[in-house]
Amino acid sequence: MNEIAISMRGINKRFGKKVIANKDVDLDIYHGEILSLLGENGSGKTTLMNMLSGVYYPDSGEILVDGKPVTITSPKDAYDLGIGMIHQHFKLIDIFTALENILIGLPKENTEKKCRQEVGDICQRYGFDMDLDKKVYDMTVSEKETLEIVKTLYRGAKILILDEPTAVLTPQEITRLFTILRNMRDDGKAIVIITHKLNEVMEISDRITVLRKGENIGTVMKTETDEQKLTEMMVGEKITLDIARDFVENKAKRLEVKHLTVENSDGKKVVDDVTFDLYSGEILGIAGISGSGQKELLEAIMGLQKCDPGSSVIYNSTAHGVHELVGLSTRQIIQYGLHLAFVPEDRLGMGLVGNMGMTDNVMLKRYRKGKGPFLHRRQPEATAMKIKDELEVVTPALDYPVRRLSGGNVQKILVGREINNKPTVLMTAYAVRGLDINTSYAIYNLLNEQKKKGVAVIYVGEDLDVLLALCDRIMVLCSGRMNGMLDGRTAEKEEVGYLMTHLKEEA
Amino acid sequence: MAEHTREPLIRVRKKDEPALLQKAAVILAAVFCALLVSALFIYFVTKLDPVSVYTSMIKGAFGTSRRAWITIRDTCLLLLISVSLAPAFRMRFWNCGAEGQILIGGLTTAAFMIYWGNKVPTAVLLLLMAAVSALAGALWSYLPAAFKAKYDTNETLFTLMMNYVAIQFVEFFVDFWDKKRSHSVGVINMNSQGGWFPQVGGLQYGLNVLIVIIVTVFIYVYMKYSKHGYEGAVVGESVATAKYAGINVPKVIRKNVLLSGAIAGLAGFVEVAGISHTISKETAGGRGFTAIIVCWLAKFNPLAMVIISAFIVFLSKGASQISSDFGLNEYASNIITGIILFFILSAEFFNSYSISFGHAGKEEPEA
Repeated sequence: MNEIAISMRGINKRFGKKVIANKDVDLDIYHGEILSLLGENGSGKTTLMNMLSGVYYPDSGEILVDGKPVTITSPKDAYDLGIGMIHQHFKLIDIFTALENILIGLPKENTEKKCRQEVGDICQRYGFDMDLDKKVYDMTVSEKETLEIVKTLYRGAKILILDEPTAVLTPQEITRLFTILRNMRDDGKAIVIITHKLNEVMEISDRITVLRKGENIGTVMKTETDEQKLTEMMVGEKITLDIARDFVENKAKRLEVKHLTVENSDGKKVVDDVTFDLYSGEILGIAGISGSGQKELLEAIMGLQKCDPGSSVIYNSTAHGVHELVGLSTRQIIQYGLHLAFVPEDRLGMGLVGNMGMTDNVMLKRYRKGKGPFLHRRQPEATAMKIKDELEVVTPALDYPVRRLSGGNVQKILVGREINNKPTVLMTAYAVRGLDINTSYAIYNLLNEQKKKGVAVIYVGEDLDVLLALCDRIMVLCSGRMNGMLDGRTAEKEEVGYLMTHLKEEA
Repeated sequence: MAEHTREPLIRVRKKDEPALLQKAAVILAAVFCALLVSALFIYFVTKLDPVSVYTSMIKGAFGTSRRAWITIRDTCLLLLISVSLAPAFRMRFWNCGAEGQILIGGLTTAAFMIYWGNKVPTAVLLLLMAAVSALAGALWSYLPAAFKAKYDTNETLFTLMMNYVAIQFVEFFVDFWDKKRSHSVGVINMNSQGGWFPQVGGLQYGLNVLIVIIVTVFIYVYMKYSKHGYEGAVVGESVATAKYAGINVPKVIRKNVLLSGAIAGLAGFVEVAGISHTISKETAGGRGFTAIIVCWLAKFNPLAMVIISAFIVFLSKGASQISSDFGLNEYASNIITGIILFFILSAEFFNSYSISFGHAGKEEPEA
């Protein structure tokens, strides 16, 4: 067995009276080993690691580094002890180069020349590939992640903590990252990966510690476990990993998107000549690295983005007839009673009003209804009650600010409101991001129900396994262009991953 | 490694929203502490008896029926201005231009009093002046609102600068109307009282109170129950959400800021026709800025503003009384007011966070 790098003993951390983030957690981290910290969202993984990196301070408990008790009250303390954490949201300065980001805040002895040489050594040793003079805003997510790791290593970290490092990477980039992590492990570094992706846990880790509701459920060697057992440890009960996928007959065309092009404020084409049809009774998945135009595509259909001339989106519904959506504002779409439902990626920043309760959020798109200058809250209140009961939303009261609810409840309210209006087309962006397994499945079931009712569903997703299990067809976006349309039942994960990253040549 | 064995001295944690009663208790405790600390200040620095100083404060605000009425009158004016900020502030439009909007409203009122004060029946004139002063205040706020809506300019600076423009306007007209070269217009219609507020229900300031009550209730209902108020709340929370809901964001910004400016203009009318019966660059007297504090302390709730503006006016009346009773200079009484406000603002912190000292192994203290 390797030497112990860090021991955590009896760690407790609470936020307010009700939220117990960590309860009596013991954890050992060894040099020369990759430890996966596995758990659902909200199980306290990140909080626990933040107490090592100096972001939080434990309420009680003890931390030992190399056998000596230590007090970590700031990220600087953590660095001095050789602990470096790579946060899920990178802490980089966009307008600086890689080199400037590495050197920032360090004493003067760290000259540019010294830094270049040492970073060169680090890159060579572990297999990084990096351009030190590139500005951060020109970097891909994967390059930013590399920079964060190199920065941490340059500052002398012997213990690296990575929070959800693969969340935004393509399969190919993940493979490369894992190679690097293995190199670092073989060099004697202690590595902790926070994750909730089982397949990656099985691929990369030596040991796995599972957290559930803030408690350490147990630590197992990778060689002595499998995905099913880990799932049970994570969720506490046996659940099936299958997502239902029915086949719906008699499909009707609901959306006809032709040559849709959207430019951003810099004049760059973020959606570039996208053409596809959407049918009732199907779930169309949209795959792509984040920022490939998914957001803009959905917003353009909803009238929230200005489309270039030549773009066309024909909406065709049995109940409301045929409409050209390009040129209509969101308000007109709502006023004409076109049943387009949209669950945006940014739930509290776009789909809901955080400081309002369920009732006021339910009436967000229909507050104009009813005569006179005053709001009519009775109908929305009944709807809110219905959504609360049917989707099992946990909230103290209908006027309780939704921002104080958990992510799962927030999403249930948003999805509940959108499907309550009996949509013809339902568009969802990252509908299960940040949700625990049970809530995710509740959302998949809701989408499947809508599909069976004949709704045309768009599902923008990031988890390829889910996309392949849930969707009837999968459209792959790459740099704003449609890079492939695959059958969800026959497509291979590698194929989707390849299309996400390799733009096809012009035919 | 010795330096790593220290403990953090103070630990601050966010806590759950406390119950209303608990909140009130914290605020009461803060007031009590403030009185205690002020008492120490009074005793050790000014060598006076704290109890008699506090008695004098209360006397200053409520000692005679005339003083009490002045306190009520000033509370009403501050309340009206604070309420005017609410629709703009809830939209995160930081209107720092109430000062100028009051001046412009007051200036229009003064003009009407000077030119038509003795020609038009009072009731008609009052209605006319109310309408025109509100319109003038609204126009004054329109420029920053339109620029914010169209170009997303910074409204704080823009509204602030509009104040100085308003001051220049007032100075110009004061000189223009000033017949005696006394650098003031004096009391307008001193003898005829043309355009002055009449007594309502036998009360000198009855009309002031009435107008303020009506406007406060109106804004409360507007913000809580009307469709326009709802739109403003959504825009204030997130512009992206507002667009998603099909709300025309620039229009909502313009509408709510116009309303805000109109009420501030109306406050200028109340000040000129109902209280001072004159106009000068001191007419607003910094109330446009004090109102910002009131609005924030009340968390933009018009009903809570009633209590807070009353409290602030009480403090200032009390402070000027003790400075005259005990021959203290204004600064000493301002320090006392400052101590009290400081403690009340800190109470807000204790209502949102819990604090503990010392050892990590200790039990979680009760929040």
